[in-house]
Amino acid sequence: MAEAKPKPKLNKKAVEMRKQEPKVRAKNFSEVALGYSEAEAQEEAARCLSCPKPQCITGCPVEVPIPAFIKCIKEKKYAEGIATIKSKNALPAVCGRVCPQEVQCQAKCIVGKMGEPISIGRLERFLADWERDNGYQLPPKAKPTGKKIAVIGAGPAGLTVAADLIKQGHEVTEFEALHIGGGVLSYGIPEFRLPKTIVQNEVNYVQKLGVDLRLGNLIGRTHTIPELMKEGGYDAVFIGSGAGLPQFTGCPGENLGGIYSANEFLIRVNLMKGYQFPEYDTPLRLGKHVVVIGGGNVAMDCARCSMRLGSEVCLVYRRSRDELPARQEEIENAEEEGLVCKFLAAPVEFYGDERGWVKSMKCICMELTEPDAKGRRGVKLIPGSEFTMDVDTVIIAIGQTPNPIIQRTTEGLQSDQRHGTICVNEVGKTSLDGVYAGGDVATGAATVISAMGAGKRAAKAIHEYLTDKK
Amino acid sequence: MHCGCQDGGESKTYKIVSTKTLAHKETLFEVEAPDIAAKAQAGQFVIVVPHAKSERVPLTISGYDTKKGTVSFAFHEVGKTTKELGCYSAGECLLNVTGPLGNPSEVKKFGKVLCVGGSIMIAPLLLQVKAMKAAGNQVTTVLGARTKDSIIMEKEAKTISDKVYTATDDGSYGNKGLDFLKDLLKKEKFDRCVVMGPVVMMKDVSEITKPLGIPTVVTLTPIMIDGMGMCGVCRVTVGGKMKFGCVDGPEFDGHQTNFEELILRQRTMLPEERLGSLLWETSGGCKCGRS
Repeated sequence: MAEAKPKPKLNKKAVEMRKQEPKVRAKNFSEVALGYSEAEAQEEAARCLSCPKPQCITGCPVEVPIPAFIKCIKEKKYAEGIATIKSKNALPAVCGRVCPQEVQCQAKCIVGKMGEPISIGRLERFLADWERDNGYQLPPKAKPTGKKIAVIGAGPAGLTVAADLIKQGHEVTEFEALHIGGGVLSYGIPEFRLPKTIVQNEVNYVQKLGVDLRLGNLIGRTHTIPELMKEGGYDAVFIGSGAGLPQFTGCPGENLGGIYSANEFLIRVNLMKGYQFPEYDTPLRLGKHVVVIGGGNVAMDCARCSMRLGSEVCLVYRRSRDELPARQEEIENAEEEGLVCKFLAAPVEFYGDERGWVKSMKCICMELTEPDAKGRRGVKLIPGSEFTMDVDTVIIAIGQTPNPIIQRTTEGLQSDQRHGTICVNEVGKTSLDGVYAGGDVATGAATVISAMGAGKRAAKAIHEYLTDKK
Repeated sequence: MHCGCQDGGESKTYKIVSTKTLAHKETLFEVEAPDIAAKAQAGQFVIVVPHAKSERVPLTISGYDTKKGTVSFAFHEVGKTTKELGCYSAGECLLNVTGPLGNPSEVKKFGKVLCVGGSIMIAPLLLQVKAMKAAGNQVTTVLGARTKDSIIMEKEAKTISDKVYTATDDGSYGNKGLDFLKDLLKKEKFDRCVVMGPVVMMKDVSEITKPLGIPTVVTLTPIMIDGMGMCGVCRVTVGGKMKFGCVDGPEFDGHQTNFEELILRQRTMLPEERLGSLLWETSGGCKCGRS
């Protein structure tokens, strides 16, 4: 298709995005990736073929009209470009930074078959940052419908649902348990990957649309879902409470001082700004030798925060490099910043000093087994392979499950006992009439964009439910 | 001028309706929080965030008024944040108060209940005394503190309890130490014991009641951040199992609780807490003019 068009010769290489030098950035919390300049964005946008049957859109969980917004960049119609993205995605500044584009839109890009795919994420970020610098424009709002919706959680799923439904004229109240909005974008993803002012801007945008955001309101305690629907007069509820319950290894000694769950560590660093202690009041004690257990993006975030706080970090992961679930880009960034990895090993026991602080950790070596039917390789212990490492801080990043408070306080809400997730159909409908759920609380821990995609589908279903009901 | 003024134009909604000095550096706040007041029960706690740079501080609920829409909690000025809280006056606002968190106390007719409170935790204990009385129990209340001046709310305790004992570590008021409990428990039979106070006190009382087989409930106060099950810093070992203080508690079986581990875990951030507190004091505190 591409050769049919008389176009200048295609540049197979994407325009690189400038980053802070590894040695410099390993010591600060400023954003690593610096974004495109206008000239760089123009150059990169020019590589887009504006395919008549764009594949990139099919790779996007929220179906952003990608070629259309890139065309706007080509024509320097930036305001139109950002409006095009926001017709489908309320949080482009976030998605442009943390979406795994390499396995989504960019994986489908036609240009990618001949060279490097168009840097869709970087262009999305360019437009979002342009809007931040040039002022936000609010989209038109539909006539008030008189319907009230309660959205639980102000993370990626909840913010998406809230933005979509308020644009359709419904009244939306968003209940957030923490004292700051953004969910995992605020408490989980570190400043150097996703600056908190950007998250706050996105939250503010949703509020400017008219969403009533109530902070410090834990559904299940402050109110329950049955109360919201009966006394509160809400016509529908969306649960986007995420996966906030940390998992532990169960190894002896896990309650020693200096052993953090990834959640505790990241909440201290990101939400409470512990890296700026004592200017901010929440402290964070980190030793010289930090071990992070796990291999996902959360583990990488913990490792990279620890290095920035001056520690040497070793990642202990039970499978091998090829199985690391983290994004390739994050692994490379972390290694450039000094991360050391110990693969095929898992903790067995933690030992402490007389003050109850962790001082060493016994591990055992693992070997990979043959891939199962799904192609995932398991691991088995190698008997007698134990070894001991000196450590003074351990961060356990082996996964999160949904917080059970809502499930326990909502009669009739079906959940999966084993994974703690709320059971939903393909559009997010739960076992209760008018109650929908999406994001990590329904799928278990996944990505920001998949939560947003679930939010989009649920918002559509809620709108249809409320419209049909009348 | 006070410490809250550094927040600039932030919207603040949790207005302090009244403050009451309970003892030196011990204060009770009554705060406007209608949603919390409507749901609060004895044994639950709130997370208080005074301003945008603050910690999230868990404080046990000491009272609530559903008509006024207020909730009360008491604090002892030990660290930076509580010292700072001590500078707030009635009429000022807190950035956020979240709750009610944790499980309510188990309140029903047990028969004879012994309620033991230590220091600042006497304030929330009395809420439980009231609830226990209302459920038809005969309640004996013990108020403990280091010294005479720290025995708080004795008058209130006397009006709501069937009997009140006092004890101080230094013997400056009432009984010296808690050993008198051993004699008391020999003379009187209790069906349940509730302890809220410093960990060492809860541990000591649990050790006294254990051989006598008196079911004993303790309110654990591990370090917390979110207070809703996210961070896991409040994990404690009860009956050999890992529990979260915030969502599984805060009340646990005192005979099953690993207090030694809790004491060590409470101290993990001590150097940083001292530093924060010291910097606050040397920088002149909140400059509100109060010493």
